[in-house]
Amino acid sequence: MERQQPKKSVAAARRQFLIDAARMACGVGLLGVGIGLYARQAKALPPLAIRPPGALKEGDFLGACIRCGLCVRDCPYDILSLATPEEPVATGTPYFVARQLPCEMCEDIPCVKACPTGALDHALTDINKSKMGLAVLVDQENCLNFLGLRCDICYRVCPVIDKAITLEQQLNARTGKHALFIPTVHSEACTGCGKCEKACPLEVAAIKVYPVELAKGEPGKHYRLGWVEQQKAGGSLVAPDTPHQYNLPEGMRYESGKGLLSGEAPPAAPASPPAVPRALQGGKL
Amino acid sequence: MSIGHDAIAAKGWLRAHRWLLARRVSQLGILALFLLGPLAGVWIVKGNLSYSLTLGVLPLTDPLVQLQSLLARHLPETKAIVGAAIVLAFYLVVGGRVFCSWVCPMNLVTDAAAWLRERLGIRGGAHASREARYWILAMTLVLAALTGSLAWELVNPVSMLHRGLIFGLGAVWLVILAIFLFDLFVMKDGWCGHFCPVGAFYGLLGKVSLLRTAAVRRSACNDCMDCFAVCPEPQVIRPALKGVEGAGPVILAGACSNCGRCIDVCAKDVFAYGTRFGGRVENVSASARTASTCK
Repeated sequence: MERQQPKKSVAAARRQFLIDAARMACGVGLLGVGIGLYARQAKALPPLAIRPPGALKEGDFLGACIRCGLCVRDCPYDILSLATPEEPVATGTPYFVARQLPCEMCEDIPCVKACPTGALDHALTDINKSKMGLAVLVDQENCLNFLGLRCDICYRVCPVIDKAITLEQQLNARTGKHALFIPTVHSEACTGCGKCEKACPLEVAAIKVYPVELAKGEPGKHYRLGWVEQQKAGGSLVAPDTPHQYNLPEGMRYESGKGLLSGEAPPAAPASPPAVPRALQGGKL
Repeated sequence: MSIGHDAIAAKGWLRAHRWLLARRVSQLGILALFLLGPLAGVWIVKGNLSYSLTLGVLPLTDPLVQLQSLLARHLPETKAIVGAAIVLAFYLVVGGRVFCSWVCPMNLVTDAAAWLRERLGIRGGAHASREARYWILAMTLVLAALTGSLAWELVNPVSMLHRGLIFGLGAVWLVILAIFLFDLFVMKDGWCGHFCPVGAFYGLLGKVSLLRTAAVRRSACNDCMDCFAVCPEPQVIRPALKGVEGAGPVILAGACSNCGRCIDVCAKDVFAYGTRFGGRVENVSASARTASTCK
């Protein structure tokens, strides 16, 4: 560097110092901008890469994980791997691909215990509470159960069977006389382990595990479900529920679910007191 | 005449390569300890240089990575902090950039490039300030704070190489090859001597670390210049060897990595390891100033 020059004037030395500093700041700044932009892109985890149980939200995870690989080492099923630079996952961070090897959901969660930084949150002690992702039955056209067959494999392999995935019965409109057993994922119970995706017998899985924020919808904060609010309040909030009045020919009656029937109605069950809005219960109604 | 010829003649080949051999044993030994697990199933050390657990009890954390994580506003588990404290304390004793010359796997690559460069007689090339690494170090810390992520670790060749050797290389070999060729053809000691922020971080520790190389018998120097030729940071030698502006014999510059090449290559046994307080005869402020301005 320009250090050995003999005594220059203070002004010249200051000038040189400022020029040197500017040169460095600009060169390194350019490098920094490049790496910074790359770091922003690296935060976009591809949907197929799933973080180990207890992983913080991706943005926080990338500040917390120091890429030591102890979770990889302590995984008894060797499902985790550290991303290499050519992979679309932040270099050195752990992930797994459910279709290749899903999480076996060890009860003692050794990967989380091994993590020295808490990038895998040590508050997670019950593996059934983990949210690695959320299974979604993405392809309803090819899912065998949707076609009316009894594949049921995703339902059967689910470690949280009957809670995370249930089979919901529907009429098979194609045959008109059979049932469809629709595999239905319940987000509050699904851990995102990926066993369903791994086990799906199709060439490409019809059910896939996605990051929760990608898989899950969310109603507006102001949105209320009337029937839920009604139940909470113990009755209608705006006007009393009144029984529906049918205008039917004599001798006919209508029953919900059965349609029009002939004959007189069976003796009515003791009528429950009409639901009255609480606000109006003070007055006589 | 090749570097170290005099030393080999005076001391014999083995003594003239003593510290070099020790360094290679250290570098390869540490790597072997890490590889023993994945290759042979003998788990003495788990992890990599970013964080490792030895025998299930001793945590060791890369303090720079940990610092970046703290700046990204994440507070780790206690063991990561303890590990960083142990590593910091260790290098504050043995010399900051001892990491570079005795532990870091990148050193094997850049030393190979430097050796081949010498053998092929490649001279000159691009120039850059050796201060650049401190600027890059500052940039890595600023990036961690701004992006809230370990941005530098996405591209850090040092951790990439070590992690790659243990967990799978992928395309890391490309990065390493690029640095090797850069050091070989573009810039002498380019990566380790000019740009690596990991080395810069340890260099800052080296400014106050206890164990230092010193030109204890500098009166015996016969100006053969072999130490300057062999040293990857030759600018650190002059103040201590020549007593510039009354400097003491201890090499105080943080950039010195205590690699011991000068000790090996000197036929007159001018250099030796000692403490930073050893043999310092001249006044402190003068020697400290010289050391820091001559980086």
